[in-house]
Amino acid sequence: MRAVVSVLAAVLGRIGLWGRGVVVAIPFLWLMLFFLVPFLIVFGISFSESIIAQPPYAPLVEWLTDEDAGTNKLQILLNLTNYLRLTGDDLYILAYLNSVKIALVTTLMCLAIGYPMAYAIAKAPPARRGPLMMLVILPFWTSFLIRIYAWIGILKGNGVISNFLEWTGLTSGPVEILYSDWAVYIGMTYCYLPFMVLPLYSTLEKMDPTLLEAAADLGCRPFKAFLKVTLPLSLPGIVAGSLLVFIPAVGEFVTPELLGGPDTLMIGRVLWNEFFANRDWPVASAVAIALLLVLVVPIMIFQHVQGREAEGR
Amino acid sequence: MAGQPIRKPTRLEPWQDAGQAPYVRIEKVTKTFGDFVAVDEVSLSIYRNEFFALLGGSGSGKTTLLRMLAGFEQPTEGRIFIDGVDMAGIPPYERPVNMMFQSYALFPHMTVEQNVAFGLKQDNVPKAEIRDRVAEMLGMVQLSAFGKRRPHQLSGGQRQRVALARSLVKRPKLLLLDEPLGALDKKLREKTQFELVNIQEKLGVTFIVVTHDQEEAMTMSSRIAVMNHGVIAQVGTPTEIYEYPHSRFVAEFIGSINMFEGRVVEASGDHVLVASEEAGCELHISHATPAPAGSPVAVAIRPEKIALSKEPPPSADGAAGRNATKGVVREIAYLGDVSIYLVELPTGKTVRVTAPNVTRRTEMPITWEDEVYLSWRPFAGVVLAQ
Amino acid sequence: MKRFGFLAWALWFGYAFLYVPIALLVIYSFNESRLVTVWGGFSTKWYGELLNNEALLSAAGLSLQVAAVSATLAVVLGTCAGMALTRFGRFRGRTLFGGMITAPLVMPEVITGLSLLLLFVALEQLIGWPDGRGVTTITIAHTTFTASYVAVVVQSRLAGMDGSLEEAAMDLGARPAKVFFVITLPIIAPALVAGWLLAFTLSLDDVVVASFVSGPGSTTLPMVIFSSVKFGISPQINALATLMVLVVALGILVASVVMARQDRQRKRDEQMALQTG
Repeated sequence: MRAVVSVLAAVLGRIGLWGRGVVVAIPFLWLMLFFLVPFLIVFGISFSESIIAQPPYAPLVEWLTDEDAGTNKLQILLNLTNYLRLTGDDLYILAYLNSVKIALVTTLMCLAIGYPMAYAIAKAPPARRGPLMMLVILPFWTSFLIRIYAWIGILKGNGVISNFLEWTGLTSGPVEILYSDWAVYIGMTYCYLPFMVLPLYSTLEKMDPTLLEAAADLGCRPFKAFLKVTLPLSLPGIVAGSLLVFIPAVGEFVTPELLGGPDTLMIGRVLWNEFFANRDWPVASAVAIALLLVLVVPIMIFQHVQGREAEGR
Repeated sequence: MAGQPIRKPTRLEPWQDAGQAPYVRIEKVTKTFGDFVAVDEVSLSIYRNEFFALLGGSGSGKTTLLRMLAGFEQPTEGRIFIDGVDMAGIPPYERPVNMMFQSYALFPHMTVEQNVAFGLKQDNVPKAEIRDRVAEMLGMVQLSAFGKRRPHQLSGGQRQRVALARSLVKRPKLLLLDEPLGALDKKLREKTQFELVNIQEKLGVTFIVVTHDQEEAMTMSSRIAVMNHGVIAQVGTPTEIYEYPHSRFVAEFIGSINMFEGRVVEASGDHVLVASEEAGCELHISHATPAPAGSPVAVAIRPEKIALSKEPPPSADGAAGRNATKGVVREIAYLGDVSIYLVELPTGKTVRVTAPNVTRRTEMPITWEDEVYLSWRPFAGVVLAQ
Repeated sequence: MKRFGFLAWALWFGYAFLYVPIALLVIYSFNESRLVTVWGGFSTKWYGELLNNEALLSAAGLSLQVAAVSATLAVVLGTCAGMALTRFGRFRGRTLFGGMITAPLVMPEVITGLSLLLLFVALEQLIGWPDGRGVTTITIAHTTFTASYVAVVVQSRLAGMDGSLEEAAMDLGARPAKVFFVITLPIIAPALVAGWLLAFTLSLDDVVVASFVSGPGSTTLPMVIFSSVKFGISPQINALATLMVLVVALGILVASVVMARQDRQRKRDEQMALQTG
């Protein structure tokens, strides 16, 4: 092993400064080809027209050869009908509003459950904090699909909750929570909870406990000290956690597909259906671009917050 | 020289010798980071076997200068010669210098022995020789028994010595040390200062040390360059820097000092007379100054060079009213070996005076609110042009 | 005795919320009845059926293969990217580069999947590669989005590492490439392992991107689970989930035992340093 490493090092050493270029070039070219270019293609096709062909969209750029004049013309067709459809059809607007609503409710639920958890863990004895945090992150390592699946058995009619309610006599028949917006809220809160707890914990843990002692010493009662000292100081964690939940939640597809009802519209689902069911690639592309537009503002806030955190270190 | 009953020669003074070629020559070196000028047209000559200190506060450019010598930064302008060779474009791994880092930078995944051997391995030194030289270095820093340990199994002082051994094992002609004692506590620091000087003398290596600690620079170095805002404020031996500062900055940076504003009334080849309202007397200084009569100057006097008495002092230089003034004691700080007195002059100026506590617990001849006389000898003051 | 206050209740509620569904999943995997929610007695028959489910097993094999290859590629790409961003200072295109590294982290999966599929289709039209979609395209897609996660992990480790270690090695005569292999790589190795595991898990978990870029005959395990879950619950999935939880739990157990041992060793070392200081 050691010999291999030193031979490798010797070879790379010969390359010298050239090696630096290679180190940048490998990921750079990879991301150009498999991230930036695909994105530009989506952008391009969103202006195209759906046709019955393989692939099912009209070319944007065409060389038109004018036989009579003997000239070649480059023709670029930009078709805005896909975007007009997005703004004209209630289905899409409702899907957008619903996505934002579901993401917001999920974020608030994660905050409501996650903040006390993060606070309790941050206040636990130092030796116990690591294992407690580990327990929060652990479910994340098991499959996302499996975790959603677990809730189907709990929420469906004749499911665990339904049976429990019937057993206590609170309800007389089976209760169906599955296939509703509430099922989606619960499932998404369940999946994204660790993303909320992690940043909250790291800001709360860093907080100097003598600040609260100082507040108490100056005559502030515990609850007021929490409102006046802890809460403002944990704001960066709240913002980071909320964005970490909100951003992926807006574009979520699997949870509403499995737990939501047919009327639980979300953009991710609409995109999927346009693509797989309607085979309308241009509209799917336009939906993708519009979805990104919704996310631009939260993503920029997130970058800003992260940048400030990095500077503070 | 032979035959004369001379003192043991304390140090070489190669910078006095016109025939000596400097070992390190820094020529008008400037380094900018964006708009920030870290090092501003610095020129310096450092000679073989010197223990040279770069002294300055944070942001003074001292570390940047050191990193340019090591090759981690390239000068924006100017040139650096080491042993007559232009260092431009020569990467750190091909320079004949080694560096001891402030954080020690010991490789955490290697043992002490492996750390020290690292540099020799890069030069493909034969295995047997590596073993011998590593053992020799570890012996020198008294860590022979710790060769198999990892850095985190060592105390701070031991880590510092491993770092020193590692940077010396390649027998560099020039060793760069970045705050070598910065991470040690006060007791250990003092002990290590002397060890460093001994090792430097024994091995005959040129040392360039970056430090912000003036005491450290004064005790260890043959010469000091005081840096401020990327510029060298003064270069000289510790005595020169302390006794004859060239500027207000140097005077105030090293130790504490009293400044009296005044105006030159008489300037001749061997003395200067300065009238100072602030001091409340005429100041007589027994050295020449380029400042012509009538120009505003400041006179700097170290606190320990001022004598305190309750009785009017006998005139120090014959002329009455010179180098003597009166004030009231406002504060006394007892530090054990010395006491510091803050004396307020009638002009409102506060003068700092230190006096050794020669006798034990006297009945405090001078106490708060006493009216006292301050006096000093003509050699005590330094004239600083504005 | 400490008061069992609001915070403790909140903490217990949170953990119950996180673990009760998983516990129920495991319990019902041993249910005799096909109706998952009605207890029909203890049985391990679903595990037997699972092990005879050819389609599911081959999908699992494919997923593991894709996950291992893409995690390895992602570690290479992510390490290069992390080095470039933390060690190379400013270079032309750095802003674009940094943006391209972080963007996949916030990009909705549906967009990643759609855009990569459109790329593969366009490439096939232009140069005839990739010929159809399958394991290769899924691996490329997974490498692309997991490399960003690896880059973030490696980047934070590199930023936390004392940069003067690399300078010291260079000062002692090691060339940059050697410095990387002899000093940097061993020190950031734990981050590379963590990054690999993260990439592996993310790849093994992905259903959306894979659905877009997979072709006939290349169905991954999450795709099989997804389609069977869409048609309702099946005790076989419970059994599969239990096995997955078991693997993760074992992994975590081993990891924490190793970490606890290292922690004890470190404390002993510190003690030793103090005594000899």
